[in-house]
Amino acid sequence: MGLKILEILQSYLGHMIKVFPQLIRGAGVTIQITSLSVFVGIIIGLFMGLGKLSKKAIFRIPSVMYVDFIRGTPLFVQILIVYFGIPGLVSQITQSSFRLEPLVAAVVVCGMNSGAYVAEIVRAGIKSIERGQMEAARSLGMNERQAMRYIILPQAFKRIVPPLGNEFVALLKDTSILATIGVSELTRHGQLYASVTYATFPTYMGVALVYLAMTLTISRFVAWTERRLGVSDRGD
Amino acid sequence: MIVVTDLHKKFGNLHVLKGITNRVKTQEVVCVIGPSGSGKSTFLRCLNLLEVPTSGEVIIDGKSVTDPQNDINKIREEVGMVFQRFNLFPHMTALENITLAPMKVRGLNKEEAETRAMELLKKVGLTDKANVYPDSLSGGQQQRVAIARALAMKPKIMLFDEPTSALDPEMVGEVLAVMKDLAREGMTMVVVTHEMGFAREVGDRVLFMDEGLIVEEGTPEEVFNSPKHERTKNFLSKIL
Ligand SMILES: Nc1ncnc2c1ncn2[C@@H]1O[C@H](COP(=O)(O)OP(=O)(O)O)[C@@H](O)[C@H]1O
Ligand SMILES: [Mg+2]
Repeated sequence: MGLKILEILQSYLGHMIKVFPQLIRGAGVTIQITSLSVFVGIIIGLFMGLGKLSKKAIFRIPSVMYVDFIRGTPLFVQILIVYFGIPGLVSQITQSSFRLEPLVAAVVVCGMNSGAYVAEIVRAGIKSIERGQMEAARSLGMNERQAMRYIILPQAFKRIVPPLGNEFVALLKDTSILATIGVSELTRHGQLYASVTYATFPTYMGVALVYLAMTLTISRFVAWTERRLGVSDRGD
Repeated sequence: MIVVTDLHKKFGNLHVLKGITNRVKTQEVVCVIGPSGSGKSTFLRCLNLLEVPTSGEVIIDGKSVTDPQNDINKIREEVGMVFQRFNLFPHMTALENITLAPMKVRGLNKEEAETRAMELLKKVGLTDKANVYPDSLSGGQQQRVAIARALAMKPKIMLFDEPTSALDPEMVGEVLAVMKDLAREGMTMVVVTHEMGFAREVGDRVLFMDEGLIVEEGTPEEVFNSPKHERTKNFLSKIL
């Protein structure tokens, strides 16, 4: 009995070691997709976040709709729409076949998805700055842009970075769902190995551990950045 | 210098200012008193359009604040404001707080702005705090930096909204002293305050506001010593 368990453990360890290089390759793709998506997400989020705060309805209403749609629907369904739905639609309209590269679809979906969450982070960060700051700036003759640039955004930035780090971690984990459309990221590499060897337990545990290593590293880094920013943020 | 005609302000259904008419002459120091919620802050904030009046007109130095044709930022450059809660910029040192607007709005270069800022810090007695962040300053010191920040724009008018009411009692004096200096130098000032000593010493005129109207006005002696209206008497008896 004890011998049997030892045998199993030994074979599991063997699989983990064997699958490890593939997982690392997959993790590289995961990091690439996540980084690109966060970059796209930050740009979308900055505009949508400011849009949500705009007094002008033409900026505000589209931003609100965008954020509501993305946050109110599952990422998986968004992937299905972008990877299958949109090419289908385009093919029908143009009467010719149209396909999206899985990797392109991945960055589009994850970037747009993360954009909506970043928009909320940006909006909340700006809103958290006391109203008196804007008033003091305006009373000194600064226009709205100057007040935003010199007074509001620098203060909001420090409050935006930590939740942005959490968003990065959340997105990194969410990219595992991209395995379903065949993007060769971390989870997909695990799936491929497991489907050949049937060693599901050690493979997926290995996959989990690699995710864990990445998310822990990022959150430690975020905490460190937070402390660094905290040093120059003298109260409020 | 300031001409206010039939100023009304509503927040939704709440009618906060119900027709304020008054003039403030150049170099005059006007103190505004009145119970909490009577519309004193709103009145002051309408003068530099931090609140947009519902109707009526405000003319500052010949330019209508309420006329959308006029550039409100230009007018605000001439009107300094000091807030109850200081509202210093926490991510900047005292010096940076003071130099920012002269550089970005008036177009001064860094040396000019810093020279002016150091003069002002000297004036408010805080030369040694130039490179300190607001959270390391006491309330009284923060408010003096805030006054210096407003003065750095070389405004023609200064508005003060209860500048000492968020301060510990032992710090009120140092802020009032700076304001008294300013009044003596001939600054035109509108000050919402309950510091009777200050009003008597440097105030030319006192306005008593209640429920969105100026109920009574006169010299500090007239208003404090022989108030005519029941509401003024009532209010004074509560705060004295
Ligand atoms: N931005 C606002 N929105 C709604 N109501 C406001 C706003 N600002 C002030 N008020 C209301 O207007 C009234 C007068 O306020 P305020 O001018 O601050 O009075 P005071 O400074 O004399 O205490 C109060 O009832 C207050 O609640
Ligand atoms: Mg008030």
